[in-house]
Amino acid sequence: MTTTRPTRRMLLKGAAAATAAASLPAPAIADAPPIKIGLLTVKTGPLAQGGIQMEQGTDLFFKHVGNKLAGRPAELVIADTGGNPAGTKTKAQELIERDRVDMIFGPLAAFELLAISDYVARQKCPILSLAAAEDMTQRKPNPYFIRSSATSAQAMRPLADYARKELKYSTVITVANDFAFGYEEIGGFQRVFEDEGGRVKAKLWPPLVTPDYTPFLAQMSGVDAIVSGLGGSNPVKFMLQYKDQNIGLPLLGGGVAMDDGLLKSFGDEAIGVISSAAYTVDLDTPSNRRYVEDSIRDYGGVPGSYAAGLYCNGMVAEAALQKTGGKTDDKEALIEAMRAVSLADSPRGPFHFDHFGNVVGDIFIRRCEKKDGKLVNTTIKTYHDVSQFWTYDEKWFLAQPVYSRDYPPLKS
Amino acid sequence: MKRAALGLVLVALATLPLWIGNEYYINIAAQILLYAVFALGMNVLVGYAGLVSLGHAGLFGIAAYAGAVVITSGGNHFVAIVTALAVTVGVAAAFAVLALRGTGLGFVMITVALGQIVWGVAYRWISITNGDNGVSITSRPSPFGLSLATASGFYWATLAVFLVALASIAILAASPFGASLRGTRDQPRRMTALGYNIWVIRFLAFVLSGFWSGVAGMLFLYYNQFISPQAVALSASAEALLMVIAGGTSTLLGPVVGAALVVIMKNVASAYIERWNFVLGAIFVAIVIFMPEGLVPGSARLGRWCLARLRRRAVPAPTAAAPRWEVGREVGPEAGSEVEP
Amino acid sequence: MNLWVVLGGNSIAFGGLLFLLSAGFALIFGLMRIPNLTHGSLFMMGAYFGVSLIGWGLGFWPAALLAALGVGAFGGLVERLLLRRLPGAELAQVLVTLGLSFMIADACLLGWGGDPLAIAAPSELHGSIRIAGFAFPLYRIVVIVVAVLIAAALWILIDRTRLGAMIRAGVDDPDIARVVGIRVSLLFTIVFSLGAGLAGFAGVIGGPILSVYPGLDQDMLPLALVVVILGGSGSLVGSFVGSFVVGFLYNFGQALFPELAYVVLFLPMLVVLVVRPQGLFGRAAP
Repeated sequence: MTTTRPTRRMLLKGAAAATAAASLPAPAIADAPPIKIGLLTVKTGPLAQGGIQMEQGTDLFFKHVGNKLAGRPAELVIADTGGNPAGTKTKAQELIERDRVDMIFGPLAAFELLAISDYVARQKCPILSLAAAEDMTQRKPNPYFIRSSATSAQAMRPLADYARKELKYSTVITVANDFAFGYEEIGGFQRVFEDEGGRVKAKLWPPLVTPDYTPFLAQMSGVDAIVSGLGGSNPVKFMLQYKDQNIGLPLLGGGVAMDDGLLKSFGDEAIGVISSAAYTVDLDTPSNRRYVEDSIRDYGGVPGSYAAGLYCNGMVAEAALQKTGGKTDDKEALIEAMRAVSLADSPRGPFHFDHFGNVVGDIFIRRCEKKDGKLVNTTIKTYHDVSQFWTYDEKWFLAQPVYSRDYPPLKS
Repeated sequence: MKRAALGLVLVALATLPLWIGNEYYINIAAQILLYAVFALGMNVLVGYAGLVSLGHAGLFGIAAYAGAVVITSGGNHFVAIVTALAVTVGVAAAFAVLALRGTGLGFVMITVALGQIVWGVAYRWISITNGDNGVSITSRPSPFGLSLATASGFYWATLAVFLVALASIAILAASPFGASLRGTRDQPRRMTALGYNIWVIRFLAFVLSGFWSGVAGMLFLYYNQFISPQAVALSASAEALLMVIAGGTSTLLGPVVGAALVVIMKNVASAYIERWNFVLGAIFVAIVIFMPEGLVPGSARLGRWCLARLRRRAVPAPTAAAPRWEVGREVGPEAGSEVEP
Repeated sequence: MNLWVVLGGNSIAFGGLLFLLSAGFALIFGLMRIPNLTHGSLFMMGAYFGVSLIGWGLGFWPAALLAALGVGAFGGLVERLLLRRLPGAELAQVLVTLGLSFMIADACLLGWGGDPLAIAAPSELHGSIRIAGFAFPLYRIVVIVVAVLIAAALWILIDRTRLGAMIRAGVDDPDIARVVGIRVSLLFTIVFSLGAGLAGFAGVIGGPILSVYPGLDQDMLPLALVVVILGGSGSLVGSFVGSFVVGFLYNFGQALFPELAYVVLFLPMLVVLVVRPQGLFGRAAP
């Protein structure tokens, strides 16, 4: 073992003591060298919120398995990318070339993943990421890539279906941040919503750095509902101003816009917002109950989808390593085993992977409510076994261009 | 003695991939050299000409974006490099014309505005720059049959570029032009009286520093095979400025040491120090307060002082080197008297 | 039509917030010639202080005042301990304030975590009122009013009081001011604290509109720069007008030319710097 790392400290108040000891890798008792997992996360700068969650999810998984994967001691190596692509590249090199990790969890943002995708594929390093860029498992697949969370649009298509069929909305205006994640979320929503007879009247694209949303809010009127695909810290700002401006239209949101971990930052303006997500805290399964309880105990709050996504990545790694007998040398066999993983009980429900390494699993439609003085997302409908292609034919789907700012175009 | 040391350092640098042991550290070394080229280029302006720029990441980024756009639209590497550098030099010239309208803080603020405009375009003009997602390129060039795809190959190429930059800037600093450049920094009025056109001298310094920023930008593009708006942001300009100042302006090696400090803090130390951003900030503050001349001259002063203490205990502690913070300002009776030529 | 009116109204409200943000910057930059790159950080710091104070049960306005005091005291310390040693050295000031902004951002992340935090406006200011048939959020009107009040108070302070006269004297010619018995060093600390305190105050006032999150500092600093450069450093009237100009540029730029939104914002700053370096309302350099 060449690397010993100082203890990592959790940032959340009150949780430090509980986690500091547990996050140290256990001394290697068994003869086999430890399995090394590298976590690319963001601990500093504006994206740190998601990054800290990712670390908590991974940390909790390691605690639950007693720092052992398939019987072998396991070691976690954490690298802070600073949320910038060049930093991500260097950190990926650090994990692969210096620390010789067996697989990478993360990174958080699509632009981070895009900066290292070719590199990790050349290095044949399995990478289990949350980054939702559709083409990573569609038109430009990376053979070493696994995604157990969802593509950008995967949860938006059921939301469109729900909005059209159950809520009977026929016109919407969308608002999402002006980058690929936003385009893909809104593109997925638009395609399904229009195929089912609805109409998207306008698509608004505020940049990721938008102190004041009023220029966009001023354009929201004359439709049945507003669909938000905002991310990062933007939903909080947006909701405050949405209420301020008295828009008064029902609001639908993607998973990130109404993330469970974000609810504590909202005020009453969030009540009634309907959102769809690949993970929901209120899913009543044994593994999720345990996961949520322990998260609250150790980190002082309900986990969001980033934390849950990393926890599920851990479960995938464990199940795959069971199959390979703890062997990690043959990367092809390892990635094959990962993609063959099928779990019946996980915090996000049952799931398996398609042949691109993307998850096929449940998507939850939730309504935000106030219970005991706290905001919670309550599941009102579950779509089972949703694939990244929704109900479309895969061949036809892949022949379409990837969603962009102007694709699908607005119908005039 | 000095030559022997220089030779030794050169040999050590040239053979680094052979003894450093791990590819990761070769990559870090390449990054240090790449940023050192950037800092060296900036130092021509900040150190020698005494003009502080907070917009050079814009020039760095323009080169990288121009190169990336040429490559992704099918051009070969030679065309990409030539285009990128030509575009950067052209833009640097335009920037210089605008920025030299101001002096002191005015100059700084104009460079901020220019840098922010470049950033705004990179960030929002999505049809060309792909916005936040950035532009990826798939290959590195192989000049003279040396493949840069490997860590050592890339390191050697970067080292070669770095040495050329270092040598040419050393020659420049020692040349009459270098002397007149320092003259425009320290005694602009006298320089004018002596018949120098200080505007032209500063303009050339700006364009030259822009050229090396562009070279560094291309190295960055090839190193990461990727360029995105973060590389063009105000904070990137600030970081480059910090490299120059932390190491020591108007010394040849200062910017190199500054680049090493920042790269190592960001990439290596951040694995061990959770709050590396805080520490990095604290280091900068400490350098300004305790070693105002920068790390390189500051350490030299400290070294001399210790040596003297060892030899003769009675030597009084030296007063801190003359405050060097007048860079960018006109001092003495000439204060505020500088006019547009 | 509707869109234009709403955008116009919001431009004014955002301009009010921008004035609160940049008034302190204008004081420090204009009077002391210190390019204080921590200004965005001080704004963010004030907002975080506000979150905690309100969380401890304080009302919105007392929290805003206390946060202003806290940030002002911090600013005073920074001036006394650090900037004091670097008079007239812009390069050093740039470096120190940049270093400090790294430190503040990281300390805030450590203290308040990465989650965005909302500051609720006082409950009596929720809702909106109708002006000429258009609904307008009440809180934003209050922000405009507060901005005007602060502007008036600052103007009186600088132009009409003894302290203001001393400040102006100390800035124009510190040596002479010292000779006539003005404690210039204390004055500079006061001005810096005041500027920092204003930034902190603005952070809390902006909270119900912007919320607080890591990165807020970097979002706000360039805006403050643009305002002060446009308006002219050292001119309160300039910052006041500049704030509203930027408010309009920002709102209409984002809505009408989204691809060039930042160019619309920074190009005027560049033009002013190049064509009229003293800004729209600044005095020409002596």
